Amino acid sequence: MAKKKENIRNFSIIAHIDHGKSTLADRLLEKTESVAVRDMTEQLLDDMDLERERGITIKAHAVKLNYKAKDGEEYELNLIDTPGHVDFNYEVSRSLAACEGAVLIVDASQGVEAQTLANTYLALDHDLEIVPVINKIDLPAADPERVAAEVEDVIGLECMDAPRVSAKTGENIEAVLEKIVSDIPAPLDSDDSKPLRALVFDSVYDNYKGVIVYVRVVDGKIKAGDTMRMMATGAEFTVVEVGYMRATSMESAKELTAGEVGYITASIKTVGDARVGDTVTTAEYPASEPLPGYRKVNPMVFCGVYPADGADYENLRDALEKLQLNDAALSYEPETSGALGFGFRCGFLGLLHLEIIQERLEREYDLDLVTTIPSVVYKIHLTDGTVLEIDNPTNYPDPAYIDYSEEPITKANIYAPNEYVGAIMDLCQERRGVFKDMTYVTPDRVDIAYELPLNEIIYDFFDVLKSRTKGYASFDYEIKGYERSNLVKLDVLLNGDAVDALSFIIHSDKAYGRARKIAEKLKEHIPRQMFEIPVQIAIGGKVIARETIKAMRKDVLAKCYGGDITRKKKLLEKQKEGKKRMRHFGTVEVPQEAFMAVLKLDE
Amino acid sequence: MRSDSLGYDDYTACVLESLEDWNEKIGRKADTLYLGGGTPSLIGGKNVAMIVRRAKELFDVDGEITVECNPSAIDDDFFETVAKAWVNRISLGMQSAVDSERKKLGRSADRARITDCITNARKAGIENITLDIMLGVPGQTMESLKESVDFCLESGVPHISAYMLKLEEGTYYYYNAEKLNLPDEDTTADMYLFLSEKLTENGFEHYEISNFAKPGYEGKHNLKYWNGEEYLGIGPSAHSFIDGDRFFYPRDIKSFSIGEEPIADGTGGDEEEYIMLRLRLKQGLVFKEYYEKYHKNLSDEVIEKAKLFEKQGLVTVNDTSIALTREGFLLSNTIISELIYV
Repeated sequence: MAKKKENIRNFSIIAHIDHGKSTLADRLLEKTESVAVRDMTEQLLDDMDLERERGITIKAHAVKLNYKAKDGEEYELNLIDTPGHVDFNYEVSRSLAACEGAVLIVDASQGVEAQTLANTYLALDHDLEIVPVINKIDLPAADPERVAAEVEDVIGLECMDAPRVSAKTGENIEAVLEKIVSDIPAPLDSDDSKPLRALVFDSVYDNYKGVIVYVRVVDGKIKAGDTMRMMATGAEFTVVEVGYMRATSMESAKELTAGEVGYITASIKTVGDARVGDTVTTAEYPASEPLPGYRKVNPMVFCGVYPADGADYENLRDALEKLQLNDAALSYEPETSGALGFGFRCGFLGLLHLEIIQERLEREYDLDLVTTIPSVVYKIHLTDGTVLEIDNPTNYPDPAYIDYSEEPITKANIYAPNEYVGAIMDLCQERRGVFKDMTYVTPDRVDIAYELPLNEIIYDFFDVLKSRTKGYASFDYEIKGYERSNLVKLDVLLNGDAVDALSFIIHSDKAYGRARKIAEKLKEHIPRQMFEIPVQIAIGGKVIARETIKAMRKDVLAKCYGGDITRKKKLLEKQKEGKKRMRHFGTVEVPQEAFMAVLKLDE
Repeated sequence: MRSDSLGYDDYTACVLESLEDWNEKIGRKADTLYLGGGTPSLIGGKNVAMIVRRAKELFDVDGEITVECNPSAIDDDFFETVAKAWVNRISLGMQSAVDSERKKLGRSADRARITDCITNARKAGIENITLDIMLGVPGQTMESLKESVDFCLESGVPHISAYMLKLEEGTYYYYNAEKLNLPDEDTTADMYLFLSEKLTENGFEHYEISNFAKPGYEGKHNLKYWNGEEYLGIGPSAHSFIDGDRFFYPRDIKSFSIGEEPIADGTGGDEEEYIMLRLRLKQGLVFKEYYEKYHKNLSDEVIEKAKLFEKQGLVTVNDTSIALTREGFLLSNTIISELIYV
């Protein structure tokens, strides 16, 4: 199977969310007859239900397409689909590193958006050849010429001969394939004779095969029977199978050679052993240097995850274990809460990642969960010089011993039509943002740069931004580093008892406002009980907000339905069962909605 | 009862037939008889009289015989007819003495009609009359409640029931609660306490959560429910408790009329149930009676829990019994479920 490297093209598709990435991928599959039309489900590459519903790609995927171009040659096109959210930036960067080029999709009516730019810069960082494509020309509001001019102005990419397509109707898709062949370079630098260096751009767990490692072979070759070695961890495995990802199946192959994209299986037990970004080599003929760019991704956002029913603790642990098989970025360790019992402290890349994991736990594992307020990692410098990294308010030290605190700060860019500048600046100001820069990318679109504390954007920043800009603003961020900050810990007391699960760390300027809101929300969502319940929010011992939940007055089933005693009994049983599902804090019963309400304060 | 599916006379025949069957099956004496379900008066005085006579004969009833009446669906000679058949107690579905409130509850009879009913019943020789008052109904205020209470007191009836409107899922009230101008929880609770105080001042005893009586006029039939005694219910939706078993007839008239068997509803009479029922009474749960019934003492756990509620003034606990206070009655669901379920 001697293949001509000249005929291989490795590429990604990059786009702002909703600009049609998955749909274009579908059309490419169809056009290359990689998938029979009858097997075509919408957005084939997004194979998790969640991905289709949310319209985003969560995991990277890859597929090999065979295309006979107009020059008469048969080409092997490897499409590597990248995740489409800032939470997964590292995965995106590894997928891009596996390619020589990227197809950049721009919506013919919306034009350049935040992630268009962010992803383009990321692709340029990896020296990728960028092939712009103007999509959605079927829309009434489409203005491909204006958008093409915008791409040239803003990004500086030659765009006048970019294919104008409609991925939805399939119009002009072939032009995209021809562009990929003509503009994206073949992996000619890849050399079969060198020691193996294959970049892991994704790995997924399969019940039968163990971990399936998706790689781009940069140098060398690999085949079944070789001893593969992960260069970051040193772990070694005997290769069971190598092959290619086709649209609807895996196609095993004799070997993978330099320049190719494919998979390796080797009875690997967890994706943690084949992390994204790591380099695979062989023990027989090892490479001396790994490929650049590996880093272990660290969770940025933490929260407690507890089963609503304590009896589900074991099930939750099993579920997390299974999810982690497929998601090296998810971390979890057991923790206990006086309020919530036994659960886990979980770490996530961002809030979207958190929501996805939570939804998968609830849907795929049928678990009822209570999650605590998400927290970032704070660095607390104590007077004795020690530095604590705190991701759980419970571990917040006594303020008397704190010298100073630091919190993570992000560099954020917001792109929007200029009429929303005021609204965006107000929002960033409210979120303790520091204005850095504003540039007009076009006469009526601006790029506003702010430094924003991560803890101000993890809850609901993007949602609020969208609502205040009628959905027109887009947003992107990266971590800048830690900066000194004036932090305090807020405690929630119900009937005088602190509820650990509701504590959180906040900037002191925000403490009073938030405390008042929390008290109001709790009053609204905790049902009246047999006695009056003071709701207090305190910093240290000082109460800064207070509400009172009045005692319940009436809970009586007066009418007897002609001797229907069973019905009465069932009602009381149901009532008691309902109470069991509530969380007990001392004598106070708190329904789960109350926790959720505190999380979503700004709605 | 719907007249389109089955005539009143046909229905009466079904009830009579069922009475015969049950008498054959269980053949025992009864000391009270109750024709309920809101508007049994609908089938007419003659049919009611026929059923009462036959039941009295078959089950040898020699005590309280009550018929519920809807004042807006009643013949002029009704009371006279049923009184001749030994009916000695009338439950009159008033709900409110304020015409506008009653109208909102779907009752067309005005206050004068209610007064007429009371007069007619007395003329027929029935002076044991009970009126009901609904609490927490649309548009009701403390003032309008006073009007209903005064009406009851002035009418001189010896028994009054008071029920709180419960918003049950699936009903019109439940889905329209927002726009119905319902009194809030606190007001409704205050109404209940006011009613209880006012009636007590006027010689009534608040002997059960929703019932008030002059001495000697407690509803003997309903007391059987709260005392865990047996009863036989005949007709659609009627519930029975016989020989430890609970069962009931399905709701539709059709299946009752073609003689379908009642549906089993589990066993009854256990300790939890007894506690639940007895705590509805002012007299409460008497330790000695509990011991005689179950041959064991009430668990310390229940008594300890009750003492916690006593601190809040919701329960009284002494050496002989546990009983709910007036305020406790208002919170009886919570208190009872706490006491009987772990």
